[in-house]
Amino acid sequence: MTQPDPAPRTTLPPAAMTGLAGWVEARLPVISAFRAEYIDFRLPRNLNGLWNFGAILTVVLLLMLATGIFLAMNYTPTSAGAFLSVEAIDRQLAGGWLLRAMHMTGANLFLAALYVHLFRGLYYGSYKAPRELLWLSGLVLLVMVMATAFAGYMLPWGQMSYWGADVITKAVGAVPGIGPSLEHIMTGGDHLGDVFVHRFFVLHFLLAFLVVGVVGLHVTIVHVNGSNNPLGIEPRTPRDTVPFYPYYISKDLVGLIIFAMVFAALMFFWPNLLIEADNYTPADPMQTPADIEPEWYFLPFYGLLQSVPSKFGGLLASAASLLILFALPWLDHSPVRSMRFRPLCRIGLFGLVAAFILLAVAGKHHAQGGWLIVARLAGLYYFSYFVVLLPLASRKEKTRPLPTSIAAAEGDQ
Amino acid sequence: MQGSFSRPAAGLLLALGLSGVALAHEPDKTPPHQAWSFEGPLGQYDQPSLQRGFLVFQRVCSTCHGMRNLTYNDLAGIGLTRQQIEETAKAKPQPGTPDAMGQPTTRPGLPDDHLNSPFPSDAAAAAMMGGVAPPDQSRLAMTHPGGPDWLYAFLTGYRMPPPADAPMVPGKFYNDWVAGHMIGMPPPLMNGMIQYPDGTPATVEQQARDMTTFLVWASDPHRNDRHSIGKAVMIYLAALLALAIAWKRKIWKRLKTQ
Repeated sequence: MTQPDPAPRTTLPPAAMTGLAGWVEARLPVISAFRAEYIDFRLPRNLNGLWNFGAILTVVLLLMLATGIFLAMNYTPTSAGAFLSVEAIDRQLAGGWLLRAMHMTGANLFLAALYVHLFRGLYYGSYKAPRELLWLSGLVLLVMVMATAFAGYMLPWGQMSYWGADVITKAVGAVPGIGPSLEHIMTGGDHLGDVFVHRFFVLHFLLAFLVVGVVGLHVTIVHVNGSNNPLGIEPRTPRDTVPFYPYYISKDLVGLIIFAMVFAALMFFWPNLLIEADNYTPADPMQTPADIEPEWYFLPFYGLLQSVPSKFGGLLASAASLLILFALPWLDHSPVRSMRFRPLCRIGLFGLVAAFILLAVAGKHHAQGGWLIVARLAGLYYFSYFVVLLPLASRKEKTRPLPTSIAAAEGDQ
Repeated sequence: MQGSFSRPAAGLLLALGLSGVALAHEPDKTPPHQAWSFEGPLGQYDQPSLQRGFLVFQRVCSTCHGMRNLTYNDLAGIGLTRQQIEETAKAKPQPGTPDAMGQPTTRPGLPDDHLNSPFPSDAAAAAMMGGVAPPDQSRLAMTHPGGPDWLYAFLTGYRMPPPADAPMVPGKFYNDWVAGHMIGMPPPLMNGMIQYPDGTPATVEQQARDMTTFLVWASDPHRNDRHSIGKAVMIYLAALLALAIAWKRKIWKRLKTQ
C-alpha cells in the first residue's frame, strides 16, 4: 500500500507571503504561478531519460543567446569584414575562442538534441490527442531552429557559407513562378554580397528571439496538457505522478550534466568532428570548392534534395519530408500512443530512423552511384511510413494490452 | 562582390585546389604520419619547437607569405615576452599616413599590427611570383588536405636534382607532394641555413618539424588552453555528476520505500 506522496514541504499560502514577495504576489501572482508550474507541477512518475531533452534544449537555447549576443557585438556583417571579424573574435578577443566554440558546439548539439526530442515524440506517440498543438508548435520550432542554424552558418562567410548560400538560393530560385522573386528577396541583389550577409545576420538574430517566444508557447502547452510518458496512458490517480520538485529537478540535473560532458568533450577535445575546415577559407565567388556539403544536421534533407532528378522536385521532396510531420496527428488514428504496445509500427519507426540516417549518408556522398538508389529507396520508405504504414496500421495492427495504470506498471499496486 | 574579396584568397584557393587535385589523383599517397606533441585530445604544443618555428617563419616564409589574421601580440601564445613582441613588430615597417605632401610614408610596426604579406597587393604578389600569389598561412595547417603530416612531407619533399623521368620546367621545382610534382616555390629550407639560439641542430627535417608545429599553432592558437581547460571541466563535471546521481537516487528511493 502506497501512501500519497509526502505533502510538499515548501507550500505557504500566498496570502502569508510578506514583504516584497507578498507585495508582488498580490499584484501579479508570479510566485505562486512558478510554484504551481515548476515545483508542485505533477508529472507521470515513469518518464525515462529521453524526457530530459526538453530541459536540455532550454538550457542550450539560453547558452546560445548568451554567447550569441557577445559574438554579435564583435561581428561585422559585411562580405569583406565578416570573415576577418570572426578571425579576430577567435584570435584577438579575450576569451573569444571559447565563446565561439560554445556557440558552434551549441548549434550542433541543439539540432542533435532536437532530433532526439522529435524521435521521442514519434516513438511514444506524443503527437496524439490532446497534444496536437504541442506537436505542431514543436515542429514550428524545428523549422525555425533550422532556419536560424542555416542563417548562422552563413555569418563567418567562409567558402562553405558562400557556396551553401549559393546552392540554397538557387534551389529557391527553381520554384516555378515565384522562385526568381524569392531568390532575389533572399540574396538582396544579383549576387551574394553585403546585402545578403547583413540580411542573414539580422535574420539569425531575430529568429533566435522568435524561437524563445515559441518555446514559451510550447512549454505553456505542455503545462496545460501534461507530459506524455513511455506507456502513453494518461495518469489517473496521484499515485501515477510525482511533483516536478524534487523528483524531476534531480533527474533533469543528471541528464543535463551528462549532456554537458558530451558538450565539453566535443568542444574541448574533438572540435574537428563539428568543424568544417573548408569554412576557414574566406568566401571566394571565383573558386567553387570540390565538395559542397551542408552541416550534418541538414544531410538527410540534402540527400532527399539530390535524389530527385528535378531541382524543384528535390526542393519539394525536402520540404514535404518536414511538412508531412505536421499532418502526423491526423495520419495515425490508433488510440494506442506508445510504440511499446504497437509491435508493427515499432519496427516501422526504427525503419524510419534507418531511412533518415541512410538519406544523410547518401547526402554526404552526393547521392551518386549506388547512393542514388539508396537515397530513393530511403526517401520512398520515409514517406510510406507516414502515408501508408501508419494509416493502415491504425486499423489493422494488433496492439499489446495496455497496463491499467502507470503505478501498476511500475509495480506499485 | 568581386572587389570585396582579396586576391590572395584566390591564390590560396588556387594553390589549395591544385594540391587537393594532386592528392585526389594519387589516393594511395597519403603523407606518412609523424608523431606530433599536439596530437590527440590532450596534446600540447612543444613550446621550444614553436619558437624555433617562428624563427623559420620570420627568416624564410614571411619573405613571401603573409599570416594576416595574426597580430604580433598573438605571439605571446608561443611564449614571446612583451619586449620580444615589441621588437619583432618594430622591425617590420608598416605603411603610415601620407605626409603633408601626400606622399606615402612608413612607420615602425606596433604589437597590434597584423603579420601582413610582404607584397603591396595580391595582384602584385602573383605578378612577381610566377602567376600565383603565395597563400596566406593563417589557417593553412587546418585547411590544407593532409594537415601537419602533409606540411612536413611537403617541406621535406623537394628533390634536387629531380628524378630523371620528371619533366623540366624553368622556374618550377620538383616536389613529391604537390600536383604534377611541380611547384613555383623554391625549396625553402636548407641544412644549417639558420642557427637556433637553443643549439638544436638546424637540419631540414628539424626546421620542417618546427615550421609545421608553428603553422598548426597559427591555425589553432588556443589548443593548449582548450585542452587544459577541458580536462578541468571534465573533472569538475564528473564530480558534479556523482553528486547529482546520489541526490537523485536518494529522492527517488522515497517512491520505492513507501
